[in-house]
Amino acid sequence: MRVGVVTTGAANLASVRAALLRAGAEPVLVESGSALQGIDRLVLPGVGAFGPAMAGLRERGLDAGLRAHIDAERPLLAICLGLQLLFEGSDESPGVRGLGVFPGRAQLFPTSVAVPQMGWNRVIAPGSAHMRDGWAYFANSFRVACGGPRSGAGASDRAKDASSTCAERTELDACDSRKWTSAATSDHGGPFLAAVERGPLLACQFHPELSGAWGAALIARWLSC
Amino acid sequence: MIPCLDVRDGRVVKGVQFQNLRDAGDPVQLARAYEEQGADELVILDVSATPEGRGHAVDTVSAVRSVLSIPLTVGGGVRTEADARRLLDAGADKVAVNSAAVRDPTLLTRLAERFGRQCVVLSLDAARTDHGWQPVVRSGVERVPQDAIAWAVEATERGAGEILLTSWDRDGTRSGYDLPLLTAVSDAVRVPVIASGGADSADHLIAALRAGASAVLAASIFHDDDTTVAALKDALAAAGLETRR
Repeated sequence: MRVGVVTTGAANLASVRAALLRAGAEPVLVESGSALQGIDRLVLPGVGAFGPAMAGLRERGLDAGLRAHIDAERPLLAICLGLQLLFEGSDESPGVRGLGVFPGRAQLFPTSVAVPQMGWNRVIAPGSAHMRDGWAYFANSFRVACGGPRSGAGASDRAKDASSTCAERTELDACDSRKWTSAATSDHGGPFLAAVERGPLLACQFHPELSGAWGAALIARWLSC
Repeated sequence: MIPCLDVRDGRVVKGVQFQNLRDAGDPVQLARAYEEQGADELVILDVSATPEGRGHAVDTVSAVRSVLSIPLTVGGGVRTEADARRLLDAGADKVAVNSAAVRDPTLLTRLAERFGRQCVVLSLDAARTDHGWQPVVRSGVERVPQDAIAWAVEATERGAGEILLTSWDRDGTRSGYDLPLLTAVSDAVRVPVIASGGADSADHLIAALRAGASAVLAASIFHDDDTTVAALKDALAAAGLETRR
């Protein structure tokens, strides 16, 4: 199966390509909007800074192409900065607009924790089609903060707690019904979005390609959706 | 928990304080085995003495990447952005710089701007002095008249996103990590610090994590089949440390 891997020239794609090959897919580099023709399934890896990455997408006509791909509900796997690009913006590059698929923006981790977050962290993924609870590998300084993990019992208590403790947080429940069908969370100085998904769109703040057997299984599930 | 492969001319080698290197196996086989045992990351340090050997390193990285689905850090002989680019293109997720960063600290900044801080690891080999520690470069040949803790802080300000901290005194001795060194560096910086040099037992790993290390690196104990990553992780979990398994 051919899988387009979006590149803006800056990102390091070797690990993503190797993971796709191990999963039996055929990675194809996508460097321009026109190269999206005939590509049904896309990976948006992101390494580097928010502003230059958005500029790279625009220069290559990939921003509109990505939006069209998402609007057509074709499969997309966004990784790390790739997740952040789907939101409205990032404090990393103030004034630069993201793709705006999801409401909210990425902000720096609080000063109480190590930045960048480099390492394995627990992921809680209630009600996800693709995700399972487990450990994922993260390498990020910015993240989209959120309320705590959703759960059946006590969810309303948690929502109340989240909204009262931190006004800056994207309210998971409020956005949930409008924009995404499920979200996974992790904690590093407070809860943040580890992943969001909507049908065949899966956006991960962590690196599934570096998350061992758990990540490989996630990629395999996304490839079969 | 991070196994380290010292690679020369395409083969894994192991010595004491960078001397008397002996063969310890095939990097691809070892990488695959360590990931299956539960290793969290892998480090490859190229200890080749010649440019021809360095050429092999890129092939080794590429071969390991094709089987490895955990993060891979590669160091040894990284002097320029082009060196880093070659290793990243071959499949490294992070590059570790040591001597070249000491000689020209702006290298860290240039690498961070080009590839992101998360790609840049400061490899700091530190040797004890009467007053503290000083960096050691060129595989232990040269001591730098500078405070190792101050250098660690400067390196993170310049762009290092992680510090691989090796005790030159303990490396290969299996007498335990230099815990005061670990505490001094991890207290001084905000980035993750990986303990390296001297590991021989689960107790050593536990002590390092309690002393402030974010992760623990070892080589000899894994290569010599004395224990496995999985067995050591069991010991860490039994000691109450949160451990991915």
